[in-house]
Amino acid sequence: MPLLALDGIRKRFGTHVVLDDVSLTVEPGEVVAVIGRSGSGKTTLLRCINGLETIDEGSIVFAGKPLPKDAAALRELRREIGIVFQSYNLFPHHSVERNITLGPTITNKLPLEEAQKIALEVLREVGLEDKLHAYPAQLSGGQQQRVAIARALAMHPRLMLFDEITSALDPELVGEVVKVLERLATSGRTMVLVTHEMGFARRTADTLVFMHQGKVWEKGPPRELFAAPKTKELESFIRAVLEPND
Amino acid sequence: MSRDFDWPEFLFVLGAVRWTVLLSLIAFVGGGIGGLILAIMRTSSIRALRWISAAYIGLIQSTPLLMQLFLVFYGLAVISGVRIDPWPAVTLAFTMYAAAFLGEIWRGAIQAIPRQQWEAAAALPLAPAAQLMHVILPQAFRIAIPPTVGFLVQLIKGTSIASIIGFVELTRAGQLMVNVTFQPMIVYPVVAALYFALCWPMSMLALRLERRIDAALGIRRHT
Repeated sequence: MPLLALDGIRKRFGTHVVLDDVSLTVEPGEVVAVIGRSGSGKTTLLRCINGLETIDEGSIVFAGKPLPKDAAALRELRREIGIVFQSYNLFPHHSVERNITLGPTITNKLPLEEAQKIALEVLREVGLEDKLHAYPAQLSGGQQQRVAIARALAMHPRLMLFDEITSALDPELVGEVVKVLERLATSGRTMVLVTHEMGFARRTADTLVFMHQGKVWEKGPPRELFAAPKTKELESFIRAVLEPND
Repeated sequence: MSRDFDWPEFLFVLGAVRWTVLLSLIAFVGGGIGGLILAIMRTSSIRALRWISAAYIGLIQSTPLLMQLFLVFYGLAVISGVRIDPWPAVTLAFTMYAAAFLGEIWRGAIQAIPRQQWEAAAALPLAPAAQLMHVILPQAFRIAIPPTVGFLVQLIKGTSIASIIGFVELTRAGQLMVNVTFQPMIVYPVVAALYFALCWPMSMLALRLERRIDAALGIRRHT
């Protein structure tokens, strides 16, 4: 049984159709990379999966259960679906440790000590255990994003969503975040990533999804798609991304 | 026979400072509680709550404080059937007034927090009350400190209006001393100086807090 199954999703903003009959399944342990031009609906798709956006038609089934509508049930579900945003969105008034322990202590009602143990574990996973007591403003963008990943990991989600998490970073900081992502991907986590890092997508993803005009335009193993795109849209997109200066 | 504005008269005026301070404090604390509720209502996702709080704030902000004071004073008298003590009237009127203004100041502070902070909190997933308590309000609080202190200064000066219904605070005490000394050009400067002594340090405090917050946020201003 797939962990996540999207079937015939449609989403409009006013008269503009953002997602048009999108269907997609994600198996446990699968790493899915979603690529496409800006405005192709990638980010909206991701936000629909954990209910930050509502869908107009179609169904989203997570772990065998349809995505609930009511707020409390949706919160329950979000404990199992972590999301990391493009702009990190750490809480600037809390230390790194408190950023990470908020979810476990407030939502999961764990004792603080236990949550602090988890904080240290997840910080180790992203290589920042020495920043436990730092504040977000004292960290570089790359470090902030790694803390944001740790914060999501601390809830032990069954599915992780990543929304263009390297796009706001200075080029020299992208590498450290991609390295963390690769480690997570190879450790058997189920992940859906919207990304512009083609090298990462090619190396690490099990499945590549190319979105165009709100539709899943092409889907398959990344090496095949990169080597032999079936549509001219994907072909021109790959060319534009790999040779941006031509 | 008139007497001079001497030590006993000065001490009478000075003593009245405590009523100005007490009234300001009650209005600030009561108005603070009301203002917090109003600010949360104003930023709520429930339309009726937004509407009720906007109507209340609009009503208070668009009518003179003096009219509100009269309406509460005579209103309470009509309801209770007796001429009442000015105390409950002034505390109630000033509390209602402060709640509206603080509510509006704090609404602005809450709305200044980027939407992504709400989203990140909702993704954790914190419940709405926990989002406010742990993520939004602590940040909004810092933004709100300077304008809140600024309003407190306005409030302290504004309590002089309570003198009109016979509440003896600093201004009323001054009037009483003018009535017995016929020396308004001595008494009122003293009264004004006492207001200044209360308000100026607070204005300075507000300015310093503002600079500190600007510095923390990395903003530089020419002053």
